[in-house]
Amino acid sequence: MEQDTKTIFSRPEALRDTVTHYCPGCTHGITHRIVAEVLDSLGVREKTLGVAPVGCSVFIYNYIDTDFLEAPHGRAPALATGFKRLRPDMVVFTYQGDGDLASIGMAEIIHAANRGEKITVIFINNAIYGMTGGQMAPTTISGQVTTTCPFGRDIAQTGYPIRMVELLSALGTPMYLERVTVNSPQQIIKTKRAIKKAFQYQLEGRCFSLVEVLSTCPTNWGLIPLEATKWLEDNMIPNYPLGCFKTPDDAESNHGTV
Amino acid sequence: MLFGAASTGKRVFTTSSSPGISLMQEAISYMAGAQLPVVIVNIMRGGPGLGGILPAQSDYFQSTKGGGHGDYRLLVLAPSSIQEAVDLMMLSFHLADKYRNPVMMIGDGMIGQMMEPVEFPDKYEEPELPPKTWAATGAKGRPAHIIKSLFLDPIALDKNSWILHEKYERMKKEEIRFELYNHSPKNEIMLIAYGTMARICQTAIDALKQEGISIGLFRPITLFPFPEKQIYKEATKENIRELLVVEMSTAQMFEDVERAVYGKKKVNFFGRTGGIVPPPEEVMEHVKMLLNKKSKDKKKA
Repeated sequence: MEQDTKTIFSRPEALRDTVTHYCPGCTHGITHRIVAEVLDSLGVREKTLGVAPVGCSVFIYNYIDTDFLEAPHGRAPALATGFKRLRPDMVVFTYQGDGDLASIGMAEIIHAANRGEKITVIFINNAIYGMTGGQMAPTTISGQVTTTCPFGRDIAQTGYPIRMVELLSALGTPMYLERVTVNSPQQIIKTKRAIKKAFQYQLEGRCFSLVEVLSTCPTNWGLIPLEATKWLEDNMIPNYPLGCFKTPDDAESNHGTV
Repeated sequence: MLFGAASTGKRVFTTSSSPGISLMQEAISYMAGAQLPVVIVNIMRGGPGLGGILPAQSDYFQSTKGGGHGDYRLLVLAPSSIQEAVDLMMLSFHLADKYRNPVMMIGDGMIGQMMEPVEFPDKYEEPELPPKTWAATGAKGRPAHIIKSLFLDPIALDKNSWILHEKYERMKKEEIRFELYNHSPKNEIMLIAYGTMARICQTAIDALKQEGISIGLFRPITLFPFPEKQIYKEATKENIRELLVVEMSTAQMFEDVERAVYGKKKVNFFGRTGGIVPPPEEVMEHVKMLLNKKSKDKKKA
């Protein structure tokens, strides 16, 4: 019997054997695993540096087994830049939430992208500040209830949610930008493909790459995991259209071209 | 960026002037917490706020007492000439690595923009340092390195803070640097100044000598660790009656000097700020005022 037994699915080497601290239904775990699988498939775990954000996923270094830096809030692209410029032979990625990347870290992400830093950004958008208790983020959608907008986000007071990949795609610098989600097996496969492509562009030294992953936060959305996935489908995807917004190949499609 | 670059284990530095340094305080705190060796140069201008763009020494507190949040110190060096800036720059990188702590060199617009002939040593020899086994170089054949300042467990954070504290105590033992100028048992007054202001004080001392007045200067080179015991020793000598701290600020280092002399001697202050660099004549005038006051006191007695 034993000789017929084949392992067809196991924990990726780049993922530690440990217990998760994420809430039930949170999609960080899925995305962590995808990143680990991609690092394994590219064979780069031993030459990869991750930059952890501030937020629930600061503890990404407890799960992904590569060297890590822990950035001040929003500054991950700056740390990644400093590191990558001295070690262009290494693979550098940041993993940042929307509170981290689109709010306090807005300057860092825009300039890193515009400089064309050869780094990969995994951008987790769950439309809320998760760790600090579910406050409104720049990505909170119109009418969404959070602890700091208990009557729903009022766009007249706080503006429209910021669509990061659309915003970055206006820059002239060639880059890879794609928005994906992890609400179904099909989307998970697409996400893995996008994240792999993002790392490949970096390995080829071609461009800055960012993959926005629409994610859930059942705890702070006040929903059970299944409802949260439904809410993501009904509310987030219409506000944040999925798809590839820019690749270094389509310089022509570039709005920012002078 | 400096945080990321330092994590590679290579020697890195950055420079800015006061408001830019204020913006860096967040990262400085994080780098101190994560024990990263970096060198930061602050060529101080007048503040607070946008202040002005001319020379000042008003970031003394920010440099020596923190600036960012948390229990940390920077090793702070203050050159008073371009040659010394060259010499201390080489030392800065060594000290940053030795202590795995940010080192800050503070100058002012004079030091920052002055041109002077300097000599670089033919060969720079520095004591050997342990290899940077903590650097992030890829987790190949070893457990992953995580360079971080987060310790959610209070026991772990307490421990980390005391590890940092031990380094600062070690700096106090091993790194204090200062210079004495024109010290003599005849001196009744001791000036205390650093950086550009110390250099101006030296000119004032030389000019006073021509007039038959002898005073000395104590010039701290390390502002943290601060040479408090050495100041105490010089200040409490019998011939010294009063001290005069001279700064291009509104009495910042003055507080450390007062603390150092522990009320044993009167500590006076003279300073200009906002970009005004007091000429030697103004320092001389203040020294003479002190001497006159004292001779009056003597007569009364």
